[in-house]
Amino acid sequence: MADKTRTSSERLELLVPLGAIALGLLVGAVIIALMGENPLRAYMALFMGAFGNFNRLLGTLTRATPIIVTGLAVALPFRAGLFNIGVEGQMLMGALAAAVVGSNFSGLPMVVHLPLAMLAAALGGALWALIPAWLKARRGIHEVINTIMMNFIANAVLAYLVVEVLRQPGEMIPKTPPVLATAQLARFSDFLPGITARLNVGFVIALLVAVAVYYLLWRTTIGYEIRAVGLNARAAAYAGINVPRQIMLVMVLSGVLAGLAGAERILGFDRTLALGFSPGFGFEGIAVALLGRNHPLGVVLAALLFGALSSGGVWLSFTTDIPADVVVVLQAIIIFFVAADQIVRAVILPKKKGAA
Amino acid sequence: MGSVFDITLLMATIRSATPLVIAALGGLFAERSGVVNIALEGKMLIGAFAAVVVAFYTGNPWLGVLAALLTGALMAAILAVVSIKYSANQVVSGVAINMLAAGLTVFLMHVFFGTAGTSPSVERLPTLGLFTPIVYLAPVLVALTFVVLYRTPWGLRIRAVGEHPKAAATVGVNVAATRYVCVVLSGMFAGLAGAHLSIGTLSVFVRDMTAGRGFIALAALIFGKWHPLGALAAALLFGFSEALQIRLQGGGLPTQLIQAVPYIFTMVVLAGFVGRATAPAALGEPFKEE
Repeated sequence: MADKTRTSSERLELLVPLGAIALGLLVGAVIIALMGENPLRAYMALFMGAFGNFNRLLGTLTRATPIIVTGLAVALPFRAGLFNIGVEGQMLMGALAAAVVGSNFSGLPMVVHLPLAMLAAALGGALWALIPAWLKARRGIHEVINTIMMNFIANAVLAYLVVEVLRQPGEMIPKTPPVLATAQLARFSDFLPGITARLNVGFVIALLVAVAVYYLLWRTTIGYEIRAVGLNARAAAYAGINVPRQIMLVMVLSGVLAGLAGAERILGFDRTLALGFSPGFGFEGIAVALLGRNHPLGVVLAALLFGALSSGGVWLSFTTDIPADVVVVLQAIIIFFVAADQIVRAVILPKKKGAA
Repeated sequence: MGSVFDITLLMATIRSATPLVIAALGGLFAERSGVVNIALEGKMLIGAFAAVVVAFYTGNPWLGVLAALLTGALMAAILAVVSIKYSANQVVSGVAINMLAAGLTVFLMHVFFGTAGTSPSVERLPTLGLFTPIVYLAPVLVALTFVVLYRTPWGLRIRAVGEHPKAAATVGVNVAATRYVCVVLSGMFAGLAGAHLSIGTLSVFVRDMTAGRGFIALAALIFGKWHPLGALAAALLFGFSEALQIRLQGGGLPTQLIQAVPYIFTMVVLAGFVGRATAPAALGEPFKEE
């Protein structure tokens, strides 16, 4: 990566994801055509479902919100050369903490209760990230397997606590008691008439988090050290950077972000914790981080694309005979091409050279 | 508690352990050759689905098993091409395979059966005595894998490629070809494990029916220290935990927490608190011939 010249690598940073999206849509079109449906009509329906009117646009932003933050939670450790597959579990733990704090402590003023619930979520995510972080930093054990295992443990713990301990009586689906008004992230529909989407202040927070991650990585010494570890851990250690400390720091920060992603769903979107509330936001975050080339701006754009595909997919299944799950196939194919970026380069670069 | 442990529990343990050990053996081949295999889950799921589709249209579950082997191999071949030929990050392409399998199976359920949750019932594999043939096949595969890996020149080559690909290449081993064969083989194992779930244990495909078993198989592989006999022992232990959890349901015990046991065990072993689990040295590193 480091041996490429600056201009060509910057151009590639843009070309590879765009090429992957184009190739993904192309393969998707073939699949839709094989089903006997019109791909153009399908993509039109996807687009209309995602952006067709103001509420659908807000719906897309709502769907993008958690994956902006989980995407950042994956991208940040990636910059240090670490693959946090455990964002899903860290997010679940953050959500759990937010639900517990948010539904208790009645009588607290909002200025205390809401920040407390967010802080709890951040801590929940951070604690869950701390275990694989410590194992990696101090014992040198690869984070990929441990974070996968931690996801399953989080699932089990959450299922146990929500079903057996925290469950709101009288509900069909196991869910926690509702989040109190003083701990809720305000929805835009609370002030503005005619809005049906559950877009909330969490979206603005997500964008601020993206700016903060950018600032951290490229405007602070810590960020410089994180990136140095990612480029060459041995050289970074030789240059006097405390590599284990950076590993701990970046993983815990990632857990904080994951926890905040959970907080947005619980305090703003659902205002309760129902089992199965996440369709895999943590895993979508991996996809979004890869597509966004682990850059905060890229992550936001990729999250908006994936959010649009997911919310457009619902409309697609309403208006055509194509099931919404085609969107997951589409997303997977795009990620394949991003992962195997040499395929994209082989397809796109010769053409570009001829055109330029 | 006395009535909880009986012959039925033992049989349930063996049934639950079967897909775990078969998929773990698949993972073993790929990882011993140096290719990370977090895509076992996706390949099992695709295999389970293909088995049901083919059994549905032909009425023959054996053709279903064949389809599971082939689709598992196909998915693995995709993984092999991007991670061996195009040097893609193996974890990332594994994640993509899992996403693809989850989306594709549900999408194709609509196409073939017009439903979202559960497929129509198909003919199951016959039961020979106590179990389906796949259950009896599992220990045979363990023994075969052991013999191939530790008693044949080809097995030595696989292990060499996973430990030190450069040295293996120097003495004339074709690193890429060895890895291709191992990854495709791992797909066939995973596909067979999937078929056991859909047309061995049940007679339908259910959305996301693998439910993390591909990852438990991966855990068994690590818990078993990348050795076939270790993987068998770990799969039996994890199969027992699954059987026990089903048995204890509704008994007032936190069965949800028992689900976490295999994963906790694996982390403890990996952390080196109980013996040592050492991964193949070149695991996850693409190899380029110079």
